[in-house]
Amino acid sequence: MFGFTSKQLARVGIFLFMIFIGVPLIVGATGRWDFYFTLTSVALLAIASAGVWLTFYIGRINIGQGAFALIGAYVSAILVVKAGWSFWISLPAAGLFAAVVAILIGLPILRLRGVYFAMITLVLTQVVTLTALALPITNGARGISNIPLPSGISVFGIPILPDFAAMENTKLAFYYTACILMIITYAALYRLVNSRLGHLCRSMQQNEELASSIGVNISYIRIVIFAISSFFGGIGGAMFGSIAQSVYPSSFQVADSVNFMLNCFLGGLGYVFGPMLGTLVLYFGWDLLFEFGKYQMLIYSTILIVIIRFLPNGLLSIRFGKGGDK
Amino acid sequence: MEQILANGVYLGSQYAMIALGLTLIFALMNVLNFAHGQMYVIGGFVTYTFYGQWGVPFVLALVMSCVTLAILGALIERYLFAPVIKGPAREESTMLLAAGIAFFLDAVILLVFGEKQSGVPKIVDGVFNYDFRLIMPYDRILICVLAILSIVAFIGLMQYTKTGRALRALAQDRTAAQLMGVNVDRYSMIGFALGAMLAGLVGGLLVTITGVNLGMGGATSIKAFMMVMIGGAGVISGAIWDGIILGFMEAIGLALLYQYGDITYLLIFVSLMIFLAIRPQGLMGKPWG
Repeated sequence: MFGFTSKQLARVGIFLFMIFIGVPLIVGATGRWDFYFTLTSVALLAIASAGVWLTFYIGRINIGQGAFALIGAYVSAILVVKAGWSFWISLPAAGLFAAVVAILIGLPILRLRGVYFAMITLVLTQVVTLTALALPITNGARGISNIPLPSGISVFGIPILPDFAAMENTKLAFYYTACILMIITYAALYRLVNSRLGHLCRSMQQNEELASSIGVNISYIRIVIFAISSFFGGIGGAMFGSIAQSVYPSSFQVADSVNFMLNCFLGGLGYVFGPMLGTLVLYFGWDLLFEFGKYQMLIYSTILIVIIRFLPNGLLSIRFGKGGDK
Repeated sequence: MEQILANGVYLGSQYAMIALGLTLIFALMNVLNFAHGQMYVIGGFVTYTFYGQWGVPFVLALVMSCVTLAILGALIERYLFAPVIKGPAREESTMLLAAGIAFFLDAVILLVFGEKQSGVPKIVDGVFNYDFRLIMPYDRILICVLAILSIVAFIGLMQYTKTGRALRALAQDRTAAQLMGVNVDRYSMIGFALGAMLAGLVGGLLVTITGVNLGMGGATSIKAFMMVMIGGAGVISGAIWDGIILGFMEAIGLALLYQYGDITYLLIFVSLMIFLAIRPQGLMGKPWG
């Protein structure tokens, strides 16, 4: 079916079953309702990390995803609060706005490579935070708070999406929304990587000059990829703002940008689902270490260093054995 | 006007020192040291502990900062960076490792020194006042002179000693240096220790003026990255120039736009992005590092 083996289909099936039925059952059984919030965050951060992974795919180290997540969060918040749009329309609008910004900024900076690109994207995160502080429409340091919950949508009187404000259990609703968004994102990512564009990206990752010399339009492809990557960032950020019901300039900072990058590295750059696993492990690991109180950060960073030192190709390399140090 | 120039020199000399350490590490090992800001904070806290709390003379406390950071840098290079660089993984993993180390040092600072803002008593009292046009506290002047002296000493070290020659050779071409008989492993370690030491020295110097706190690390790293980019990554003279340029930009911006607050930094960041779009390799860098 669609060129997938039955084994792959079975795995996807198990994964979907776990997310949509398994997790609510476990949460219901253990009574840990806070897990919903954690898992929702993981799903949304995984969407943004997918964007970072995509820029890695054309051989660029992107430490600027926090900038686009912040842009997305602000665009959605402003559209909902000040223009009175429905959240569900503002969500793609936020993604598109982030993509347009990415195209404008990407035109000059995508010419940079390696460490230079990494550093300028890092600076970009700082620029967006400072812009949010300076502009009047973003309310400066006070940010935008009291964002209403997403309203319902109905077409010809048939409700498609329920009104979140009228629901008694918004945690579960947000969890499902975030998971559906994440699955769409990764399905799109998988499709893209296995398409003609994906092959062209791989050729660029290995050698841009060579790819260019055999007729790959590298400047066009890297802009497209960067725009898609930032679209994911914008969507993730907008959804995050809606769940927290507030956006501040400090919602996404340089540290978040670095974390997005860490998620990708940790999961493994060679695998489409690497960033998803990386986000899950990093975010959940951080949450679980909360028990250790003030030693949380110390243990977390030690584990991080050990993983990088001994598993340089990411967590998924254990499973697939594709690591370099066989 | 005189005031702005003086502030520019003062800020520029500090920034140049921070950028020097970062660019040295980058030139030698192609590592973007995310932990540079944290090393700077540790340097500040060591001086604070020795000078501010135990009453050790200031110069001795500075030396302790340098020694601590040099040892720390050497250990980090020897046991973390060197094996990862040698390993078969892609080169980006050093960047990841550096980010991990930055988190780790942050945690250590939090546990050992706490998160409070800490300051030390002034080393010299009094204010230099020239006709109310140029006002500068004496301790700032002293720190500025010390910073410039350290930069001169560093350049001397790089230009006229055997170690400096070996480090420059390494920065130019690692393989060729190795073929000429330079002990690459040893000098990488020395270079990293030297870069970390510079960060510690600036931290120790500045603790007397701005104090030190946990949150300074990240912001300092970003500034240092910017300077390294303006000058061209891995070029020593570039690092000094861009330190001075950034110092002056900040001094002028803060003087003219003080009522708008953070907009100075926004303008600096934006102009940096435009500059890099036109000249990606920085002022003096080779294309693509």
